[in-house]
Amino acid sequence: MINDYIRPKSIREAYEFLTNRENSQVIGGGAFLRLSSKDIDLIIDLCDLDLNFIKETDTAVEIGAMTTFREIEKSDILKKYFGNLISDSVKEIVGVQFKNYVTVGGSIYPKYGFSDLITALLALECKVVLYKSGEMRLEDYLKEKIDGKDILIKIVLAKESTLSSYKSLRKSNGDFSILNVAVTKSKNGYKVAVGARPEVAMLAYEAAEFLNSNSFVDEDIALKAAEICCESLSFGSNYLASSEYRKELCRVLVKRAIMEVVK
Amino acid sequence: MKAIVNINNQDRELIFEPHEYLLDVLRRYGFLSVRRGCDTTSCSVCTILVDGKPVHSCSYLAARAEGHKITTVEGVEEEARKIAKLLMDEGVDQCGYCSPGFVMTLIGLKNENENPSDEEILDYFMGNLCRCSGYVGQLTAIKKYLGVK
Repeated sequence: MINDYIRPKSIREAYEFLTNRENSQVIGGGAFLRLSSKDIDLIIDLCDLDLNFIKETDTAVEIGAMTTFREIEKSDILKKYFGNLISDSVKEIVGVQFKNYVTVGGSIYPKYGFSDLITALLALECKVVLYKSGEMRLEDYLKEKIDGKDILIKIVLAKESTLSSYKSLRKSNGDFSILNVAVTKSKNGYKVAVGARPEVAMLAYEAAEFLNSNSFVDEDIALKAAEICCESLSFGSNYLASSEYRKELCRVLVKRAIMEVVK
Repeated sequence: MKAIVNINNQDRELIFEPHEYLLDVLRRYGFLSVRRGCDTTSCSVCTILVDGKPVHSCSYLAARAEGHKITTVEGVEEEARKIAKLLMDEGVDQCGYCSPGFVMTLIGLKNENENPSDEEILDYFMGNLCRCSGYVGQLTAIKKYLGVK
């Protein structure tokens, strides 16, 4: 049950409500909230705070927390700098109706393990900007517990020439990923991110280092890198799949993603 | 709570609870074309347009609708009749329960892309479930409505 709803006029006002009212919560699109039976005293809706944007600076592309999945899927700016990586990561999520209200902030702030978007962003140079905790790398945000409640304002993606591939497997169209994988190659080398393990996405550093140490990557090298990736990451079981299945899937998807990047 | 919401080009004052979703509020105010299917954002039967874009009314908080333009089948009767006729001609409108969501999604697609490819149509309708028929007839009906080959 939700007892109260407010649309603050500034992020500061939103933060005051969030910290002063016990059992208050910021919503993005509200889709996950719909599926929960949580009692919430106050819903804080950021929809009036102009946080819906995708804009370029000299060195980065910034995406506002209230930008919808459909907007990032269709964005020419994101395609220009990051190819199809981001649009591919959200392409198979439920359907256009869902993507028209689900937001970037609503997926990233709670660090959802099933998130497809987080996996793609982790394979780029991505920072999150929080109202109280400030700017930090997405990878650090996912690993570390922030102090108290906070509000995600935007994410910042460094512009870089990137080759990329996104792979996932689902039981049916629109379902959650059983496992998802993003591989990128930029001037700084490879990045391999694996999510829905079912824990939140992680970077596989050993696999990336192995790829970086090879001047030419063929199928054998890609398979070896995928095997290193499987050994260095942990996998768990849930209603979608067992840990053993996920590990095997990781080997296949990582290899395919690497081969797509080097093609 | 009270909010002025534009529904089918008419400003309406709606009274609702903070926890209510647009689906329940619209039905209470007589917009009975808006139907509940799965109620878990999976089937798209409850699709309406918010500012011309299709969304699930089952998980869109009514409070969020203030200041937005809502469209239901009642607001697009003429187009809905055309689409329903095309679906019937293809023999895919059997129980008809998913049709309002289907109609609103198709109008959303037309607003966004008047000349979509087969792949773009299938992507756009990925979330619309029909349990009576396959999806081949629907695809033909959509293409006829949009006048694309």
